[in-house]
Amino acid sequence: MNGPVLLSRYAENMLWLARYMERIENLARLIDVNETFVRLRTVMNGWQCILDINTDSDTYFLRHEKINGREVLSFYVLDRDNPNSIISMALAARENARALRPIIPTEMWTHLNVFTNFVRDLTLADIAINHVSSLCARIKEGCQTHAGIMEGTLFRDQAWLFHQIGKHIERGDQITRLIDIKYQALLPEPAMTGSEIDASQWTAVLRSAAGYHAFRRLFPNDLTPASVVGFLLKSHGFPRSLATSLRQAHHAVHLLRSDYGFRDASEGLEHVENLRNLVTGVPTEEIILAGLHEFLDGVQDGLASTYNAIARTFWPFD
Amino acid sequence: MKTDKGSDTVPLFDGYRHGGFFCELTNDHGAKDNDAATVIRDRLAGMTSGVLTERARSAEAELYNLGITFTVYTERTSIDRILPFDLIPRVISNPEWVCLELGLRQRVTALNRFLSDIYQDQEIIRDGVIPADLVLKNPNFCRAMIGFRPASGTYIHICGTDIVRDDSGRFLVLEDNARTPSGVSYVIENRRMMRRCMPDLIADLDVAPVEEYGGNLRRILAEVAPEGISAPQIVLLSPGTYNSAYFEHVFLAREMGVPLVEGRDLRVLNDRVYMRTTAGLQPVHTIYRRIDDAFLDPEAFRPESMLGVPGLMRAYQAGHVTLANAVGTGVADDKAIYAYVPRMIRYYLGEEPVLENVETHICAEPEALAFTLDNIENLVVKPVGESGGYGMIIGPHATAAERDAFRDKLRDDPANYISQPVLRLSTSPTLCGSRVEARHVDLRPFTLTGKSSWVLPGALSRVAIREGSLVVNSSQGGGSKDTWVMAS
Repeated sequence: MNGPVLLSRYAENMLWLARYMERIENLARLIDVNETFVRLRTVMNGWQCILDINTDSDTYFLRHEKINGREVLSFYVLDRDNPNSIISMALAARENARALRPIIPTEMWTHLNVFTNFVRDLTLADIAINHVSSLCARIKEGCQTHAGIMEGTLFRDQAWLFHQIGKHIERGDQITRLIDIKYQALLPEPAMTGSEIDASQWTAVLRSAAGYHAFRRLFPNDLTPASVVGFLLKSHGFPRSLATSLRQAHHAVHLLRSDYGFRDASEGLEHVENLRNLVTGVPTEEIILAGLHEFLDGVQDGLASTYNAIARTFWPFD
Repeated sequence: MKTDKGSDTVPLFDGYRHGGFFCELTNDHGAKDNDAATVIRDRLAGMTSGVLTERARSAEAELYNLGITFTVYTERTSIDRILPFDLIPRVISNPEWVCLELGLRQRVTALNRFLSDIYQDQEIIRDGVIPADLVLKNPNFCRAMIGFRPASGTYIHICGTDIVRDDSGRFLVLEDNARTPSGVSYVIENRRMMRRCMPDLIADLDVAPVEEYGGNLRRILAEVAPEGISAPQIVLLSPGTYNSAYFEHVFLAREMGVPLVEGRDLRVLNDRVYMRTTAGLQPVHTIYRRIDDAFLDPEAFRPESMLGVPGLMRAYQAGHVTLANAVGTGVADDKAIYAYVPRMIRYYLGEEPVLENVETHICAEPEALAFTLDNIENLVVKPVGESGGYGMIIGPHATAAERDAFRDKLRDDPANYISQPVLRLSTSPTLCGSRVEARHVDLRPFTLTGKSSWVLPGALSRVAIREGSLVVNSSQGGGSKDTWVMAS
């Protein structure tokens, strides 16, 4: 089951196309939930936390003096000098897709083209605070359409597997950041744990990951930090949980080795396996006691190592 | 949206004037009432400009969304522009096409024979048909090619021939493009667009299909692969996504089902070419390269080129890889050589040219020089070494003083100049705003040559969108039309 050869450059572009689209969707989710937090008025550092999560404070303060919703939103949606803005990432996704045009379906390219043009035409009026939620919804929809076109039309050879790997590495990374936004930035005072505010914030996190209703079905009477964090990290059924992302990434890397005979894929596989053990091996309560932020940092490092191993194996030339 | 209700309901050809030029659609081609042009004209006449404007708008939106664009870069941003596309087709009758096809094969055959000759025995020079200096001192004459014979003796695998039509309806060759001609993707995309937007116009007409280009290109590239390779790996080598013709590179790679590579994807080891894949280095046998000679190989040509592949010329000369087109074809499509192509045809093939050149006076020849000096006010005089219109004079537009100054230059160095009459390009009805007006068009058919030649039954018709303009280039606001070659 070898199929056509795949240029190394295409493999790299495919992985990054998937990463950018996943990152755009998650940023839209993050902005959406953050906007909700800000409206709760119980949050001291408002828009600061989104900068912290993405470690973007330095970049931001290069050209901004203070933090407010309008400027942070502009920084994350419209600012072409910010490589992590929606517009920059949409353009980057399209550049990857442009390079991939020989092997991706026309429908996929057309959609990315339309999506990028939509993002490129956004103005300050579109990020007015009362429009943020609907804007985020449209951006999410754009990313989901991409995923749907991928699922329905992209030829299933190794190029597809690299897309899968990119998507799930990124999704895994992003869920750890979403948990961190709540844990690290929103609730510096442990005393508030278990309060009503705490509960509503956790609910917002779950909603932003589209996991609230599933969580409720699983834990009708148990909305605690441990249950929510456990759900987001370990649920096997929830499509955006870390465990699910790792399982999918593992499956894709494994297929590169088994079906395409790439023995060197083993190195990447090992990194994913270590991460899976890390996530399943320790109960959530213990993770929290030992320091959730440090744990999440460790997961992010592990995902970066996985990416590096894949890059070394499949596009080693640069 | 529309304010001019009145003109929306006016039949298309009301008020159409072709202004004395040969019109591709409304002139009498000497054919019968039921020929395709008449049918198409009658069908169009039944439409209103409002209908056509609306369809044109949706066609342009579709081209934009499909990303069938070329990219214009400014300092900070890149803008994707579509090539303006006109929904009124340009029609070529079957007898006209049969003649064009014959002429194109003949011309490309002679050009290939010429290249083979000048890089090997140089008989045409010895026999005094073409001056030695014109060839050997030509900046496009490639010394690295002397004594090297490419597979099947073919140099120009892909040729785009620029053709114009004069007032009498005669097709004349204006230029041969024998290096890396572009535009064929628009021929095929325009047809797809026409089938979608104008199904009622093309219905039941016997228009020759253009969709077989990719398959034929692949076939001829396989034919010229190095000997002994049974299943050659073909690739298309592009300068990359920032090249203005990148869309076409993608298009052709897809139509052929071959990898689209950039220089950085290729590597030469022991004079053999490989591509970098997820499974390691894989051999490559034929390269359809869309990179100019000068940038192909930094070891052999421009050392600063980042687009090329170090060592590619070594692999080529060792016969381990075929390049299409061959290196050094530029000498055959040069302005100076162009004037000699009719003589070349007679010399190599012993035939009269089926397609004439635009009347060209080679000032190196005393009679032609005298004629040019006497008639400069009616002529375009061009230096042979330059491109892009530099150093030329358009007689009718020049002042008496400019003409005198140019005569002096001509007398000083006559061999550096050719002269041609001012062209009167044919026109074709074209939607301009909400009106149909006459606009000048040219024609670029494509000829593929492996072991033998095949001409795509269709062509790029470029149209000068500005009134009265003769400039059809896309970089200067030109657009395109679908070209309907009638199969019967």
